[in-house]
Amino acid sequence: MPIITDTGFAPDDDLALLCLDDLTDSTGQAALDLPLDADPDAVPRHFDRLTHIVIPFPGFADGRGFSLARRLRALGYRGRLRAAGHLIPDQYAFARFCGFDEVQISSEQADRQAESQWTIHTRALPPFLRRRTGGWTQPAT
Amino acid sequence: MYRYDEFDHDYVRARVSEFRDQTQRRIDGALTEDEYKPLRLQNGLYLQLHAYMLRVAIPYGTLNSRQMRTLAMIAERWDEGYGHFTTRQNIQYNWTRLTDVGDILDALADVEMHAIQTSGNCIRNVTADHFAGAAADEIEDPRPTAELIRQWSTAHPEFAFLPRKFKVAVTGSPNDRAVTKAHDIGLRMLRNAAGEAGYEVIVGGGLGRTPMIGKVIRDFLPKDDLLPYLEAILRVYNLHGRRDNKYKARIKILVHETGIEDMRAQVEAEFERQMHEEGGPLVAPDPVQVARIESYFAPPAFEVLPDRSETLEVAMANDAALKTWVENNTSDHRASGHAIVTVAIKGTGEAPGDATTAQMRVLATLGERYSHDELRISHEQNVILPHVRKDDLPAIFSALRKAGLASANAGLITDIIACPGLDYCALATARSIPVAQDLSRRFAAPERAAAIGNFTIKISGCINACGHHHVGHVGILGLEKSGIENYQITLGGDHTETMAVGERAGPGISAEEVGPAIERLVDAYLDTRVDETERFIDTYRRIGAEPFRQALYAA
Ligand code: HEM
Ligand code: SF4
Repeated sequence: MPIITDTGFAPDDDLALLCLDDLTDSTGQAALDLPLDADPDAVPRHFDRLTHIVIPFPGFADGRGFSLARRLRALGYRGRLRAAGHLIPDQYAFARFCGFDEVQISSEQADRQAESQWTIHTRALPPFLRRRTGGWTQPAT
Repeated sequence: MYRYDEFDHDYVRARVSEFRDQTQRRIDGALTEDEYKPLRLQNGLYLQLHAYMLRVAIPYGTLNSRQMRTLAMIAERWDEGYGHFTTRQNIQYNWTRLTDVGDILDALADVEMHAIQTSGNCIRNVTADHFAGAAADEIEDPRPTAELIRQWSTAHPEFAFLPRKFKVAVTGSPNDRAVTKAHDIGLRMLRNAAGEAGYEVIVGGGLGRTPMIGKVIRDFLPKDDLLPYLEAILRVYNLHGRRDNKYKARIKILVHETGIEDMRAQVEAEFERQMHEEGGPLVAPDPVQVARIESYFAPPAFEVLPDRSETLEVAMANDAALKTWVENNTSDHRASGHAIVTVAIKGTGEAPGDATTAQMRVLATLGERYSHDELRISHEQNVILPHVRKDDLPAIFSALRKAGLASANAGLITDIIACPGLDYCALATARSIPVAQDLSRRFAAPERAAAIGNFTIKISGCINACGHHHVGHVGILGLEKSGIENYQITLGGDHTETMAVGERAGPGISAEEVGPAIERLVDAYLDTRVDETERFIDTYRRIGAEPFRQALYAA
C-alpha cells in the first residue's frame, strides 16, 4: 500500500497503529488510527505523543476526512497527518490544503493511477487560496 | 459587474484543461466510471435521457451583453439553437456532445464564465435577488456577498465531497425574491439596532421529496464574520450529515433530526474555534479583496430624470398593449425615472425558460443599449433588464414584440415555472413542459390573465421538485401510476418571505384533466374573492382549501 507525498510514491512504512482507547498518559510515541466518527476533542491531550494520525477514507466520495483533518489542525495538531484508503489523484491537493501530509492508497489503485497523475496536483489551485499566500497547508514538524 | 482578476482567469482556464485531462484519464481507464462521475458533474456535465446536458453558471444571475451573446453562440454552434434558463440562475444546453465540451468551456472562459460546481455534492452556484442593485426596496446589494461566497466556495478543498449538494441564496431586500427559505443556507441582509450591516442566517430549507422551510440559526451575523460562520455550518454538515441514504443527506434533514437548538450550539462552537485559531480565522475575508469586489458592483451612473416620463405616458395612451406590458412587466427602480423590466420567457405555448439564439441576441442588444450593459436571469426563468429609463420603454417593448418576447405576463398565471420533465430528464416520472404549454394557451387572453392578477403555477416532473411546485400558489407534481401520467395538485404554497408549503388537494388527476381543473379553480377564485386586490393566495388563506378542492374535482 504505497504512500504518496509531494515527492511521489514511497513504499508502505507499515506503521503500527493504536486506537484512541489504547492511548494512556504513559504511552510513548505512537501513531493513531482515528475513525471518522471519533470525537476530535478527545485527541488533543495526546497530541504530544502522536507522530502520526491516520484518517480513513472508506470511499473517495466521503469527504468527512477533510473536515476532520481541518479540525485537528485547528486544535493544534502538528504531527504527520495521513489520509488512508480510497482517494483519487484529483483530491490530493484538497487533502494537502486540509492539513494532510500524505495519502496512502491500495496497490491496485497505484497500478491504475501512475505517480505522475498524483504529483501534478497543484495545477488548479483555487483562486481564493491563491489570493492569500500560503494556503492552508501546515508543514509537519 | 464583477471582473475576473488574474487568479480567476488562470483558474477557469486551468479547470478546462484539468477537465480535458480527467476525461482522457477516464478513456485510458485510470479513472473508473464511479471516480469520473463526480468530476464530470462538478464541471456541470449531466447525462440525461437523450444526450449530455451542460449546465452553465450565471453567478447570482448577473451577466453582460457580451456574455449573453456567447450563450447564444454556444446554442447555435454546439446545441440546437436554444438554451434553457433554470430556476437556479443557470442556463442548460440539452443537446451537448461530449467531444464539444472542452471547446464550449473555453468559449465560456473567454467571457469570464464557467460551468464549475453547477452540479455534484458541493456548494453550487450562489443565487441572489434578480433585482439586486436596482430594486427600490433594497437595503444593500447582495451581489458582493454572493461573489465573495462564489470565490470562497470555488474548489473549496474541504467541501467538494459533501453528503449532498449545497445551495446558498442571498437577498438584500425585505421582499424575498431569492427564495432564501428554500435553500440549504439563505442569507438576508439587514441592519442591527446600531445600524451595522449583517445577515440573518437561515439554514435547512429545501424542496425535493421532503419540503422544509429554513430556520433562523443566527439573527444577526456581522458582515465580517460571514465566511468563518459559513465554514462552521459546512463543517458541521460535512462531518455529521447523513451519508447512508441519499434522500436524507441534505442539511435540512440534519437540522430536522438534530433540532435547530443543538445545531446552533454545534455551529457556534465551531465558529468560536475558528475565530480563536492561531493567526485568526483562515477564511476571514481580505479587506482589499472585499473592497475590490464591492467596487465592481457600484451602481452605474443613472441619469437624473423626473420620475414621470411624458414620452411613456403619451405612448401608453396610444397603445393599450404597451400599457398592459408596462403595468405587468416593470417594477420600481431605486433611481427616479427608471424601471426594472422583466422579459417573460413564457410565450403562449412555449416551454418556460427556453430562449432561442435569436432571442438571446435581441436581449443582449437591448441590455447593451438600454440597461447599462446588464442583464439578469430570474429564478422564475425570466430575463431582466435591470436599469432602464422609462423614456425607453416604448422602444424596448417594440423590439421585444418583434422578437416574440413581449408577453405581458410577469407574475401572472401564465408566468409558469416548469422543470424539463420527461421531455429531457432521466429522473422524470411525467412531462411538465406540455402541461405548462397547455395552461399558457388556456389563459392566453391578456385581459383574462390581468383580471386574475398575481397567481403562480409551478410544475415539476417528479418528486425532486426542480420546478418548485411546493411553493406555487398552485403546484403541479407529475407522477406515474401504472404507466400513466398522474398529476398531484397542491394549493396555497408561497415562495416569498411569507413562505409556505402547499397542501395536497386530493387524489392525482390525468394529464388531460389538469387544464380544465385549473380553469374551474380559477373561476371559483374569481367568484369568491372580495375584490381584485385580493390575490388567489389571499382568498385561499381567508376561506381555506375546501371550496377550491370542490372546484378542482367538480368534473
Ligand atoms: C434535467 C436534469 C435535472 C436533474 C437530473 C435534476 C435532479 C435533481 C434532483 C435529484 C433533485 C433533488 C435533490 C434533493 O432533494 O436532494 C433536484 C432538485 C432541484 N433542482 Fe434539479 N434536476 C434537473 C434539472 C433542473 C432544472 C432544469 C432546474 C431549474 C429549472 C433545477 C433546479 C432544481 C431545484 C431548484 C431543486 C429543488 C430544490 C432543492 O434543492 O431542495 N433542476 N434536481
Ligand atoms: S423535478 Fe424531476 S423531472 Fe423535473 S427536472 Fe427535476 S429531477 Fe427532472
